[in-house]
Amino acid sequence: MPDARAPKSTGGQAIERTITVVIGAGHAGLAASHFLTGRSIDHVVLERGEVANSWRRERWDSLRLLTPNWQSRLPGLRYEGPDPDGYMTVGEVTEFIERFATASRAPVRTGTNVTSVRRTDDGYHVTTTRGEIRCRAVVIASGACNQPSVPQFRDAVPASVEQLTPFDYRDPAKLPDGGVLVVGASATGVQLAAELQRSGRPVTLSVGEHVRLPRTYRGRDVLWWMDASGLWDQRYDEVDDLTRARRLPSPQLAGTPERTTLDLNALASIGVELAGRWAAVRDGRALFSGGLRNVFSLADLKLGRLLDSFDEWARTRGCDAAVDPPERFAPTRVPESTRLQLDLRSGEIRAIVWATGFRPDYGWLDVPVVDAKGQLRHEGGVVDSPGLYALGLPVLRRRKSTFIYGIEDDAREVIDHLARYLAVRRRS
Amino acid sequence: MTTVTNGVNVQALLDAREVLKGAPEAAQFTWRASAKWQSGVHSTIKVQSFFGLGQEQSHKEESVFEADHPEVFAAEDGGITPIEYLLVGLASCLTAGVASVAENRGIQLRSVESTVEGAHDIRGILGADSDVRNGYNDIKVTFTIDADASKEDIEALVAQSQKRSAVFDALTNPTNVTVEVA
Repeated sequence: MPDARAPKSTGGQAIERTITVVIGAGHAGLAASHFLTGRSIDHVVLERGEVANSWRRERWDSLRLLTPNWQSRLPGLRYEGPDPDGYMTVGEVTEFIERFATASRAPVRTGTNVTSVRRTDDGYHVTTTRGEIRCRAVVIASGACNQPSVPQFRDAVPASVEQLTPFDYRDPAKLPDGGVLVVGASATGVQLAAELQRSGRPVTLSVGEHVRLPRTYRGRDVLWWMDASGLWDQRYDEVDDLTRARRLPSPQLAGTPERTTLDLNALASIGVELAGRWAAVRDGRALFSGGLRNVFSLADLKLGRLLDSFDEWARTRGCDAAVDPPERFAPTRVPESTRLQLDLRSGEIRAIVWATGFRPDYGWLDVPVVDAKGQLRHEGGVVDSPGLYALGLPVLRRRKSTFIYGIEDDAREVIDHLARYLAVRRRS
Repeated sequence: MTTVTNGVNVQALLDAREVLKGAPEAAQFTWRASAKWQSGVHSTIKVQSFFGLGQEQSHKEESVFEADHPEVFAAEDGGITPIEYLLVGLASCLTAGVASVAENRGIQLRSVESTVEGAHDIRGILGADSDVRNGYNDIKVTFTIDADASKEDIEALVAQSQKRSAVFDALTNPTNVTVEVA
């Protein structure tokens, strides 16, 4: 929605003006738009592809949301289907976000890639593949998972072994027959390991630090406990080690109709071989850490503390009767022997799937607000440059920020801050 | 939190962590040892200087270690075997970690004891079987800890100490080693 002020002209191309530019039309950018509209702040939402683009193009076929349907909600929109305890497929998530875009009448411009954002005297100059925009404020909602993060030693892997990231992976049939080495035991890693093992490909899973969770606890979805007990509402400025919390791998969860737990014991029981963290490649051999036992212990102990906190909450709230009795899960079984190396030239492994995490891409951001590790410097979404904001990053303002359901509170507060910023600037 | 006195200056460590976050070059340390052959398989190793925080540093005193092989290896047993020094390093590193983490978590320790056992098939070093590796096949550390804490909290101390241990990392992960003749 261009405003009425006369556009400036540079080189024959008009510079459009608006108050706020939102970058990205995923759930975060659309939630920002929802609250901007609510405050009648003139804005556009720029989207490189289509609404919910990464859900359309950068996810594998079998993926479902980690959050149950009843918990999948966006401002003014909630699941109203027949299966509140189920988990949305990628297609359903895409459709859900599209529905939100339509309902909130977000001014989305699809097919508009932002190539540069730089500061001006009174705001920002945004260059896109479809023209130039000047604005007072920018909300970066381009996601935390723009690029797969793969260790440097991938270059030392012999060419005979196919390498994929979760962006390349669609389904097992795309991989060669034979062994697969899945690297990383996050939600992505455990889900792909299970799917590949079930496809008849022997899977070795390289396991570093990970977050173990049961799918259900005392008869409820474990994410119900996260929410109800208040853990998910813990604010970023209350978290002990925020850097660590923001870097934590996603929990070992899968959204399946059977609501089964997909921890390392479940994987081992279907035949997945567990190895330590992949540390290096030497002479065509993958070398794994011998510290596997300790990453099991760390995750088991952490799970125990989490369940203790749930039980404590249920007891003090007097809702013990509403849920099943407390339960404890068997420790992660340590294999009798774990291999410390694997000859990548032997043909045992035909493909490697790097489930080693993702990182954001701020290559287009010509404002010095990105740290040495490539992360945005921000305080709860308020970026270290006046009028610049972020949404949709892990533990942005609360533990639940990572999840679709967590965006509403974050977006409201960040847009509140943005509105105050605009108001103060206007007065001065 | 009650005040605990395990004798670890945790505040200094936490302060150092904050400072070094912004000064990675100061965090680059070089540890040194120099060895001199005596006779047979007996050597003497001296440790005193190291580099860190951007300059040469020195321990208060030089430490001298004797390394030899036992009589069952047909040697004089003028000191412990080199591979036993790895156990010395691992045990001391994990113990230091337990004390530091306990201090940081407000856990008062009364006693921390551990035994370290390394399973070693010496056919490797003797060249008797080329399928057997030279080093340890397995290392097992057993801690006995008396502290004002639950069993789970004590287990968490030990787990965290492994997570932050230099020697545990050096033993469980590969390290590039260059050996040259000067």
